[in-house]
Amino acid sequence: MPEPVRPKSVQKIRVTCSVNGAPASFETYPMARLLDALREELKLTGTKEGCGEGECGACAIEMNGDLVNSCLVPALQAEGATIRTIEGIANKGLLNGVQQSFLEHGGAQCGICTPGMILAAVNLLRKYPRPTELQVREGLAGNLCRCTGYTKIFESVLEACRSQGEVPKR
Amino acid sequence: MRAYVPAYEIQAPPDLSAALDRMAAEPNEWKPFAGGTDLMVLLEAGKLAHTKYLNIYHLRELRGMSVNPANITFGAATTYAQIRRDSLLAAEFTLLCSAAAETGSIATQNRGTLGGNIANASPAADSPPALIVYDAELELVSSRGSRWIAYRDFHTGYRQSLLRPDELIRSIRLPRNGGPAWKQHYRKVGTRRAQAISKVCFAGAALVENGKIADVRIALGSIAPTVLRATATEQMLQGEQLSPALSQAAQQTLAREIAPIDDMRSTARYRRRVAQNLLAEFLEKLSA
Repeated sequence: MPEPVRPKSVQKIRVTCSVNGAPASFETYPMARLLDALREELKLTGTKEGCGEGECGACAIEMNGDLVNSCLVPALQAEGATIRTIEGIANKGLLNGVQQSFLEHGGAQCGICTPGMILAAVNLLRKYPRPTELQVREGLAGNLCRCTGYTKIFESVLEACRSQGEVPKR
Repeated sequence: MRAYVPAYEIQAPPDLSAALDRMAAEPNEWKPFAGGTDLMVLLEAGKLAHTKYLNIYHLRELRGMSVNPANITFGAATTYAQIRRDSLLAAEFTLLCSAAAETGSIATQNRGTLGGNIANASPAADSPPALIVYDAELELVSSRGSRWIAYRDFHTGYRQSLLRPDELIRSIRLPRNGGPAWKQHYRKVGTRRAQAISKVCFAGAALVENGKIADVRIALGSIAPTVLRATATEQMLQGEQLSPALSQAAQQTLAREIAPIDDMRSTARYRRRVAQNLLAEFLEKLSA
């Protein structure tokens, strides 16, 4: 049996960036998805893969302050970037207000969409600290919940704005 | 199935001239890569045929906006998010801002670029109808120099364009010849309100004087192999008095002018009907 023909591999690159407030560095292929680099090289498995084609938002992270889908970012473009993942949302044991609100108002069911939902919500609230329900719906329109618990997710975000600030972890 | 990622090369040239030199020195070897919102989807599906890319997303020469009394020029790597939050564009080029706001999700708008949307040359793209209505011009650059072309000439067929292998889109220029008297209408019809790819997309602008259409421009997406400027419909509307009968006649002209197809997103019949309805809605808005 002949060996299967495997395309030639390119050189791996070293990517240096900031992740959740700390310097990070990893080696990977330049076109590797940032999603995979975060999960496999940096072991930050809170960021989830849903569709892998930018439709579902499960892999949402913040990159230089902007919400992006990490499945659509090649690792090379993370060079020098400031990245925040779900692991960087709580602050020294204190849950972010959005996280606490999801707990209190049933915003999470199976949990796969939750990290992306939280990232999208936190990013939205930084732009609009007092969003209307329409703004919440638009801000989270790129995040799909297969459990379809949207009403409780929107309520969780709106409630989080009413009780701003961080609350102690229970 | 996902592509074999180690086979793909992407490099970051330090500036635009380095990128262009590379594209000229090794023709057809290197293709530009910006926000990745189209190319990474193809990679994931195992359908990204080309394997060598130059990252142009970070190049300062492709960013920024300049304004003078005659026109607004912005870099091809300007994102949808930057377009939709720009107050000058919002005031004068509402169709483009509406298109940017309806393209993908917030996460996609933060990454996707207008130049990428144009170069990708999908007939279902959301911003091209707006650009056609505004008589946008594109600056194409290569190591040989730069040339300006009218955007309406750019797409030469399904997924084909005037872009040469060593060229990329540097900037997009919008002439400021509309003015506040123009009424503008943009409407995208997709499967859901957010982040669906268009079934039909409509952009129109018109100047109405005493109930007569003094000037009109109409363009549609997803109803032909390329974005289409509805010139026959424009001509029959030109100088006419707005009326339900005129709307009926214009819808007939439009139906003959477009060439929609059946595909995974919709049917030719549905697209034809919706295109006519969107034209009717536009004309009603002009009458109001």
